[in-house]
Amino acid sequence: MVSDESIKINPEYVYHPGNPLPKLEGHVSRGRFERVLKRGEFAVTTELAPPDSADRTEVFHEAAMFDHAVDAINATDGSGANCHMSSVAVCALLAHIGYSPILQISCRDKNRIAIQGDILGAAAMGVCNVLALTGDDVSAGDQPEAKRVFDLDSISLLTTIQKMRDESTLLSGRRLTKAPAMFAGSTINPFVPPVESRVSQMEKKIDAGAQFIQTQYCFDMPMLKDFMAEAVDRGLTERAFILPGVGTLASANTAKWLRSNVPGVHIPDSIIKRLEGAENQKKEGQKICVELMQQVKELEGVSGVHVMAYKQEQYVAEMVKDSGVLGDRKPWAPKNEY
Amino acid sequence: MYKARLFASKHARAYEAMYNASSPIILASLRVLNKIVKGKLDKPITWAEKKTKGFLFDCQMCGNCVLSTTGMTCPMNCPKTLRNGPCGGVRANGNCEVKPEMKCVWVEAWAGSKKMKHNHKIQEIQFAVNNEHKGSSAWIRLANEDVKAK
Repeated sequence: MVSDESIKINPEYVYHPGNPLPKLEGHVSRGRFERVLKRGEFAVTTELAPPDSADRTEVFHEAAMFDHAVDAINATDGSGANCHMSSVAVCALLAHIGYSPILQISCRDKNRIAIQGDILGAAAMGVCNVLALTGDDVSAGDQPEAKRVFDLDSISLLTTIQKMRDESTLLSGRRLTKAPAMFAGSTINPFVPPVESRVSQMEKKIDAGAQFIQTQYCFDMPMLKDFMAEAVDRGLTERAFILPGVGTLASANTAKWLRSNVPGVHIPDSIIKRLEGAENQKKEGQKICVELMQQVKELEGVSGVHVMAYKQEQYVAEMVKDSGVLGDRKPWAPKNEY
Repeated sequence: MYKARLFASKHARAYEAMYNASSPIILASLRVLNKIVKGKLDKPITWAEKKTKGFLFDCQMCGNCVLSTTGMTCPMNCPKTLRNGPCGGVRANGNCEVKPEMKCVWVEAWAGSKKMKHNHKIQEIQFAVNNEHKGSSAWIRLANEDVKAK
């Protein structure tokens, strides 16, 4: 692992906590991610897996792999119901250097009192984006004996964020001296039943305050096309930025394992056949991911793409580059612009 | 009862009509009763609600009843107690991520709501449960709220 000293942070360029970029007119946050989307750029986001460690350099090291390839980094919150470094801490570390982290909040582990506290704390540390999730059930993780909380659901969480930000109060009505200026998002899985309800479900999330939507892994383009067409028809793409999720599969066996063991992952047989037929399955998996990114960009109403490459994070930058979805644009990264 | 619950979602239209016809009668009689006995019958009423709705819908007595907006399917049977629609973990066969042998509550709710007259109600945002009402009678609360409103 890299030592603390090898990460050079010029103290002059370190953001002051709670004081990122100047807020633009009509923006809710002071973050770069909202700026990129509202400028109409095709945005790329990715996911950082918080380490099983108390070492912050591991966070910096992982984030650095995405430099110049992504506009925002999701910090997962106990993904798959497994314990890792908290998403609030990861986001605070990243925001301090100037990255645009997206704070994932899962409803599984905390009640409304804890969640509102986290939102305030994260905003105070310069975190500008938040993603409301239901969260995988505790039974999916390695501590299935834990108590499931689910005090809020993702829509109640969005309502909470909106109230705190726009009315500057807690749920109880108690006043906040400073409201958390968070750009709020949520997720949708268009690929699992009840499929015909998923656009309505997304609409409900937008009604509750979701300004951007990241989807579950898309390996089924025809399904995504139908979903996006209906979203465009119903005017939802005018009301929220939609970033379909794509991923890379390490092998046909990984794909089979994923679809039978990870809740909500839909992978068509054709993808598995293609991987099985390839000489280098890992490379083929990346090629599929690149093609999916390109196809996503062609869809009407899409504002970007969310790349999930669990345990293959080192290939994200290369895949984004190969796909050409960013054009000439080079997303912000700490080293060059400081 | 699981079977009765599935039956309710399947016949959501009839249940909706029954619900719309019966709830004003139940609430009106509760109001009258409340005037006479002033809360002394709260326990037996709560028991009756628990038994009736428990049999028909697997009611969990959350005290925040939204049955008529969720396709006559009680969302508190969802292991994640989601009240605003399904999570992203629903299995390809429409069953629950957590309880593989159970149909996803929201697959049922969506199918039930499709059959209902006021099917737009499923799009209404339901804020999280007020846990103070857990175990109490939604009927009595509604009847009392009605009194206050008047």
